[in-house]
Amino acid sequence: MRLKKSAIGLIIYLTLLMLPIYWMFNMSLQTNADILGGFSMYPANPTLKNYIKIFTDESWYSGYINSITYVSINMVISLSVALPAAYAFSRYRFLGDKHMFFWLLTNRMAPPAVFLLPFFQLYSTFGLIDTHIAVALAHTLFNVPLAVWILEGFMSGVSREIDETAYIDGYSFPRFFITVFMPLIRSGIGVTAFFCFMFSWVELLLARTLTTTVAKPIAAVMTRTVSASGLDWGLLAAAGILTIVPGALVIWFVRNHMAKGFALGRV
Amino acid sequence: MNKTENNKAWFLVLPVFVIVAFSAIIPLMTIVNYSVQDIFGPNQRVFVGTEWFVDVLGDPRLRDALWRQFLFSGLVLLIEIPLGVLIALAMPKQGWLVSVVLVVLALPLLIPWNVIGTIWIIFTRPDIGLLGVAINGLGVQFDHTASPLDAWVTVILMEVWHWTPLVALLAYAGLRAIPDAYFQAARIDGASAWATFRYIQLPKMRGVLTIAVLLRFMDSFLIYAEPFVLTGGGPGNSTTFLSIYLVKVAVGQFDLGPAAAFSIIYFLIILLFSWLFYQALLNVGTGEKR
Repeated sequence: MRLKKSAIGLIIYLTLLMLPIYWMFNMSLQTNADILGGFSMYPANPTLKNYIKIFTDESWYSGYINSITYVSINMVISLSVALPAAYAFSRYRFLGDKHMFFWLLTNRMAPPAVFLLPFFQLYSTFGLIDTHIAVALAHTLFNVPLAVWILEGFMSGVSREIDETAYIDGYSFPRFFITVFMPLIRSGIGVTAFFCFMFSWVELLLARTLTTTVAKPIAAVMTRTVSASGLDWGLLAAAGILTIVPGALVIWFVRNHMAKGFALGRV
Repeated sequence: MNKTENNKAWFLVLPVFVIVAFSAIIPLMTIVNYSVQDIFGPNQRVFVGTEWFVDVLGDPRLRDALWRQFLFSGLVLLIEIPLGVLIALAMPKQGWLVSVVLVVLALPLLIPWNVIGTIWIIFTRPDIGLLGVAINGLGVQFDHTASPLDAWVTVILMEVWHWTPLVALLAYAGLRAIPDAYFQAARIDGASAWATFRYIQLPKMRGVLTIAVLLRFMDSFLIYAEPFVLTGGGPGNSTTFLSIYLVKVAVGQFDLGPAAAFSIIYFLIILLFSWLFYQALLNVGTGEKR
């Protein structure tokens, strides 16, 4: 009986969870006039007009390309610096290791609103404003600490004997790390990639501040749908639905490993 | 765990240190620099010492925003953590259903934050929004643009909708890592479901729940885009949380000095509470391991 009750609870919860997303989907298939015309549970005259507009208008679809570009660069940077560091934290004791670990985390605590101006000045100095790399670098501020934390958990789950055997067999550290160790924790790498993707994808303030036109992210493009006749809700909803798609694809690839993500952590 | 002492491990940490220092320390020093100066123009600045800090701490609107922020983060943690754990407990343990539930749970996490606010504007509209129409259909007058209480309910509801899945994903990860042997032992001892939860599942989830509480505390304390888009901080100032007020000061009034002093205080508050949570969660329950 208990099992059944919890299953019903879960179904109710997931249904409620989907409602706002369903509502966005519902709106994305209607024209603005239909949306504002009256309340309706489903689109009375479904149309793909909004989606077609997004896929044919460069100012729209380039937003997605820009976002995917800097999110990918960020994932690559975050993973490549976090992998060796997480290995160090999981295998060795060294001077200031615990302080370093907590310091990394404190970088998630800085109010982004505050960092906008200094970031703008910093990246202007380097001539990086309106480039994808600027946003990718700025997002490492919160993604690298998280990546180190998650990866460290996965690595601590791998037996140290594997390292020792490999060294006895004459593997150098880089060769061991890439050919033996990384395949062992590939699910961890997948999960970390997902979390880096997610936090970089949804961030708006920094991404908007550091870009003007060339590297403008989709979330910023969406804030510009206000026209003389007010917001175009249908177009906005269609764009919103499309922002979910890339992340949903990423999570589909790592779904089997999600669960292990944080469980092996040392905290 | 017995780790070997090896200071050469620093070389492996160095890239992380360099990249995070570039993004964190240089901007932080700029902020510290602003916070002790009065800036009139590019080359006109006066050292003012702690004046901005005194100003900011004496600002009653900031104190209001701070209490509002504590109330908000407190409520959010009190709702999201237990709810997330309950969902994780109810989730299927194997089969294709697991994949479906995981993907559905993650959907709200993947929507850009300003879009979340926009969805909820229309979702709660009393004329054409599903939630607004449903609540008004029950005979309750509900309008988050007019009543501060309704605005709070809407913002909390949005926050819970948006972030509970993260807590659930983390808690589920913790639950899946418990070896089956524990549950078999509990079954042989005839432990009740509550006892199993209290003495096996909850202690084993401590690690992931620490991460969940820390992440949720930090992010809810820094919340900006969602309530800003949804309510604009209103009606009145009723949903003006700390970062909304901070941006008003920094961008709206262009008072760099006070804004910088404000953000340093803001940062220190989060740091203090995160450290307290971290210590508390590291130590709670360890005394019970017999």
